[in-house]
Amino acid sequence: MKLHEYQAKRIFAQYGIPIPRGEVATSPTQARDIAQRLGKPVVIKAQVLVGGRGKAGGIRLARTPDEAEEKADAILGMNLKGFTVRRVLVDEASDIRKEIYLGLVIDRARARVVMMASAEGGVDIEEVAATKPEAIKTVVVEPALGLRSYQAIGLASAIGLPQEHFRLFQQIAQGLYEAFIRCDAELAEINPLVIQGDGTLLALDGKMVLDDNALFRHPDLEEMRDLDEEAPAETEARINGLSYVKLDGEIGCMVNGAGLAMATMDIVKHYGGAPANFLDIGGGARAEKVAAALRIILSDPNVKAVLFNIFGGITRCDEVARGILAALEQVPTRVPMVARLVGTNEEEGRAILAEAHMATARTLAEAAQKAVAAARGDWPLEVVR
Amino acid sequence: MSILVDRNTRLVVQGLTGREGMFHAAQMIEYGTNIVAGVTPGKGGQQVLGVPIFNTVAEARAATACNASIIYVPARFAPDAILEAADAGIELIVCITEGIPVLDMIAVRAHLERLPTRLIGPNCPGVITPGEAKVGIMPGRIHKPGPVGIVSRSGTLTYEAVAALSEMDIGQSTVVGIGGDPIIGSRFVDILALFQQDPATKAIVLIGEIGGNDEELAAEYIRWHVTKPVVAFIAGQTAPPGKRMGHAGAIISGGKGTAADKIKALEAVGVPVAHHPGEIAELIAQRL
Repeated sequence: MKLHEYQAKRIFAQYGIPIPRGEVATSPTQARDIAQRLGKPVVIKAQVLVGGRGKAGGIRLARTPDEAEEKADAILGMNLKGFTVRRVLVDEASDIRKEIYLGLVIDRARARVVMMASAEGGVDIEEVAATKPEAIKTVVVEPALGLRSYQAIGLASAIGLPQEHFRLFQQIAQGLYEAFIRCDAELAEINPLVIQGDGTLLALDGKMVLDDNALFRHPDLEEMRDLDEEAPAETEARINGLSYVKLDGEIGCMVNGAGLAMATMDIVKHYGGAPANFLDIGGGARAEKVAAALRIILSDPNVKAVLFNIFGGITRCDEVARGILAALEQVPTRVPMVARLVGTNEEEGRAILAEAHMATARTLAEAAQKAVAAARGDWPLEVVR
Repeated sequence: MSILVDRNTRLVVQGLTGREGMFHAAQMIEYGTNIVAGVTPGKGGQQVLGVPIFNTVAEARAATACNASIIYVPARFAPDAILEAADAGIELIVCITEGIPVLDMIAVRAHLERLPTRLIGPNCPGVITPGEAKVGIMPGRIHKPGPVGIVSRSGTLTYEAVAALSEMDIGQSTVVGIGGDPIIGSRFVDILALFQQDPATKAIVLIGEIGGNDEELAAEYIRWHVTKPVVAFIAGQTAPPGKRMGHAGAIISGGKGTAADKIKALEAVGVPVAHHPGEIAELIAQRL
């Protein structure tokens, strides 16, 4: 789960990391009031869960409250890479002398948390990694020991940070690590961490991604989820315990198992179609869950054909078939469907679907080809429901 | 011969008295797996499916000399279950549980690195040596004994490959699901090393997916250490960046972990990559 900048920075502040004074506004007049209260030039920042907000015009400086209102009016409601801006953060502008990068990530190969720092802050760190990897310094954290002072100071020294900032840098680095661990994050970033004219350090921007698997022990953080930033179909899928990702194609896919679901999308493409979604119903799905899955697929107006690919192990083909029929009763449709059900109780499953006048296939390749043909309209009419 | 599990496997099931655990334990017994014990704290002394239940893995080990464990306990208790089995000296732990927090797995991995225990998973379908032992949740009947070793990050996608091989009358030495999480106990290179040493394995199938760089590391390992023919499949060529595709570990982040990169790395070391799962069996048949 991704957090907004203002949410991440509020968490950082709880762990002793200095952040700019600022508040969130949902209207231009609110932005004006905040700027008035701060009594300084402010920065108006769009709060959407995408990167590159600055380049897209979602971050603007305002010298006066009037200007703050005007800039907030321009940003609120704008579309940033497909996301509508509903909130802006109004932060006190700072006196930036230097920008550095500080972040924590999970290193899968090492199976450890790794802290990264770079003197090249304020830019996309992935770009730095690609073009100037030597500018990124890392330390590996032992889980039982945590991030030690010598490691933080080692990083500060390695990126050439002037010595007078070491102590504050160490405090921020250890605070960030603490926040990362306490919140079960999988990513925490301060980019940029700025050195100001008065010699203090400040976390100007913050990013945090939380581990979805650990949210059960963080009900307070779960509450920070912004449903506006999630497609309604994705919200419904999450509530029903389904893994769903919307894509741009026209062939809806319902599959059991994540790897098989990806392979099904790939084979649709291989035969000239485009998948409308990734959808994994998981292991042992019951009819109600299958019905919810089909409703979600059919709620996408781009869907011109549906492909069911079920390899029954713990999942029973008859149960899936019943779910498909139940969904079709609730949501009648003329969208053609191709079912490939193999494994546990496949005969029963096929018998149930026979009544639904649905095309069937034995192999995945055959099913994908039929679905692609159906989506193009090259489909014998008698099998269309 | 085979790797990891065989007729000598003496299995303890952690969480045997739960719904999932009991269902799969019955299936494993039916397949012929030698389940010698179950562990559920507070239920020691009972018999379930004819198997004695113990309160702790250490007690089960002392009484039954179990040498492998399979874990079906819920995600919030699974890290403890892994540590308990490892501290009891169990040689092989297979963790089926999905949804373990990643920081918990980092702590578990750090502890396991100091012990001789081997962990498979979590979030995996388990390990099967056809005709000998099934330690997992895969449908046993699709497998056949034979010369092909399979290692995979996925569950049902592996069944797909197994079924296609069996249909062509090509059997499997051992099939290992290493799991779809970002932090797992054994990775491709660990299992490739075992298959390379196993005389019964004549060819290897590697089934990867987007996310991380385990497939790239596997390619590098194959280049220097694997002389047996290897065939691969990578799922997720059409997956968009920044979106998690079901498995916690299946995500393209920062432009890294794409299927294209993995396919390129494997092809560069002479490993043919199937275009779709059905092609895996054909590629293997050409190489046996």
